[in-house]
Amino acid sequence: MTFEMNGTTYETDEDGYLLDLDVWTTDVANHLAKIEEVELSEKHWDVINFLRDYYKEYQIAPMVKILIKEMATKNEMQKKEASKYLYELFPNGPAIQACKIAGLPKPTGCV
Amino acid sequence: MADGNPKKADLAKSIETESLFLGGIKPDKEWTELPVEFKPGNFNYPTKPDIIEKLGFPNPRKWTPLDEDWKLPENWKEIILQALKDRLEKNRALKLFMDTCVRCGACADKCHFFLGSGDPKNMPVIRAELLRSVYRGEFTRAGKILGKMVGGRKLTKEVIKEWFMYFYQCTECRRCSVFCPYGIDTAEITMLGRELLHLLGVNINWILEPVVNCDRTGNHLGIEPHTFKQVVESLVDDVKEITGVKVNPTFNRKGAEILFITPSGDVFADPGIYTMMGYMLLFEHIGLDYTISTYSSEGGNFGSFTTPEMMKKLNAKMYMEAERLGVKWILGGECGHMWRVVHQYMNTMNGPADFLEVPVSPITGTPFSNAKSTKMVHIAEFTADLLKNEKLKFDARRNNHIRTTFHDSCNPARAMGLLEEPRYILKRVVNNFHEMPENTIREKTFCCGSGSGLNTGEYMETRMRGGFARANAVQHVHDKHDVNTLTTICAIDRVTLKAAMDYWVPDVQVAGLHELVGNALIMEGESERTEDLREDELEDFEQGEGKDE
Repeated sequence: MTFEMNGTTYETDEDGYLLDLDVWTTDVANHLAKIEEVELSEKHWDVINFLRDYYKEYQIAPMVKILIKEMATKNEMQKKEASKYLYELFPNGPAIQACKIAGLPKPTGCV
Repeated sequence: MADGNPKKADLAKSIETESLFLGGIKPDKEWTELPVEFKPGNFNYPTKPDIIEKLGFPNPRKWTPLDEDWKLPENWKEIILQALKDRLEKNRALKLFMDTCVRCGACADKCHFFLGSGDPKNMPVIRAELLRSVYRGEFTRAGKILGKMVGGRKLTKEVIKEWFMYFYQCTECRRCSVFCPYGIDTAEITMLGRELLHLLGVNINWILEPVVNCDRTGNHLGIEPHTFKQVVESLVDDVKEITGVKVNPTFNRKGAEILFITPSGDVFADPGIYTMMGYMLLFEHIGLDYTISTYSSEGGNFGSFTTPEMMKKLNAKMYMEAERLGVKWILGGECGHMWRVVHQYMNTMNGPADFLEVPVSPITGTPFSNAKSTKMVHIAEFTADLLKNEKLKFDARRNNHIRTTFHDSCNPARAMGLLEEPRYILKRVVNNFHEMPENTIREKTFCCGSGSGLNTGEYMETRMRGGFARANAVQHVHDKHDVNTLTTICAIDRVTLKAAMDYWVPDVQVAGLHELVGNALIMEGESERTEDLREDELEDFEQGEGKDE
């Protein structure tokens, strides 16, 4: 599958995940967010930036628990609160939706 | 669940009224006359071309089952017929399975996909017949001459499409084979069917990407060594926060007594991670001299859903790593198909592992002579032995909020007969345990509906149909005994049954056996336990026994 933006064609997998991590830009993120019906705020960007930083260091999207812990620390919340907070930001699940907007690939296996 | 999937009530109604079996419907056509129709929700995405290239498999290309033209190699027919001929000569079981079926029908209603879809081609006998008819039509004298009259047919592109649909609508769970009076193992037929399809580049990404990942990094998810360590250490922090105890796993430590290998899903997927925490608490509790490899960090073997060669290669990694680290033996975690590979194939493929020792529990001195050739012990056997020898201090009341039943994972149950040990453990660490109906447990257990690499998001409708039989049995114990937890010993189960429970029986959560062990263990130097491993609060568990009257 592909999508067009400002005259450039971007390739995605069947579920709309970007195939090439390196072509991602903030404009692409905004475009993907629009498809997902998520309006990006500062709070969303905190999550997206963390996901991309983590990916750069570890070559995989963080498991949700690690993302929750990070957001709990950053926002001085309890973990349960942070989990709720993340689902409010990304209603289809932070693992699926936030990763897609951040341009990370979909994980496979026993997950 | 993604958009476009049917609602629970609609799917339940469809299963009840449209199904051959439950609806009492007789199809008006022979199965050979029924067309194959692909539509979103009933197929898994094909393998990405770069993944096929990395594997060195044939015919990398972009395609989808919705296309009329699947872009098969020009000589596709010749390829399949030659490959089938070779395998009929080499594989005696296959020849037997092709010749022996008497169509008694004992298997017909035993398949979860048949029960959930009502599609006659999901009767195990017909699934096998998809291949058998071609065998008759192309390889036997009677079939060549008399064709349809003797159940023979020619190989066509339509047959290839049919194989793709139904060999990926079988989870290789082997429930049907339990009921076959001739012992025909339909899983072997599915495995062979998939193997043939690989020769044409007809396969699914969800299986082959994990295979490529495992080949490269040692686990299905492609977790690099430093990431693997970071993730486990994050779980160590969680354990410390919950119990006050620091557990001390080591990585790639040469000279450790035992190498511990579990599915990467236990390290990375919710709720598998709580099982991982349970293992680490147990090993700390008994002071086990163990190490985890970041290079062989996967119990699962998606190679076994691919080809015998791939299964062998991925299985060999575990043994090469055990040899490199100089351990005495391997302890294996709660994985499903890993145990089929280890128990039924390892010795012929990669054995004997003479560089390892026959496993002996360092805590109880019990020799595991059943693992004499594979040198690999299932953690449920290991822990049951610890409990039998009273080596564990635990308080089952810490699990009083858990009212559980046990799902026998297909492979440990049917491929290695591990039926008693998990129950022995559960009955001790949990106060409320209730069995599901007899026809749905032990060797007759119903599959989760998404095993053998079919646990994809795009396949949800088919998965929920496949998981219906299992869910129905869970619903029964939920209604009757207020069961709120489905315990299982397989990482695929832990993710697929979670989806099936969320859909069919939303009040029931899915847990691993060692998550519940971890909850109950009394650790030396622990702080007061106010939360379980999921960080859910424990209320007044010290009041009373908590057992049912």
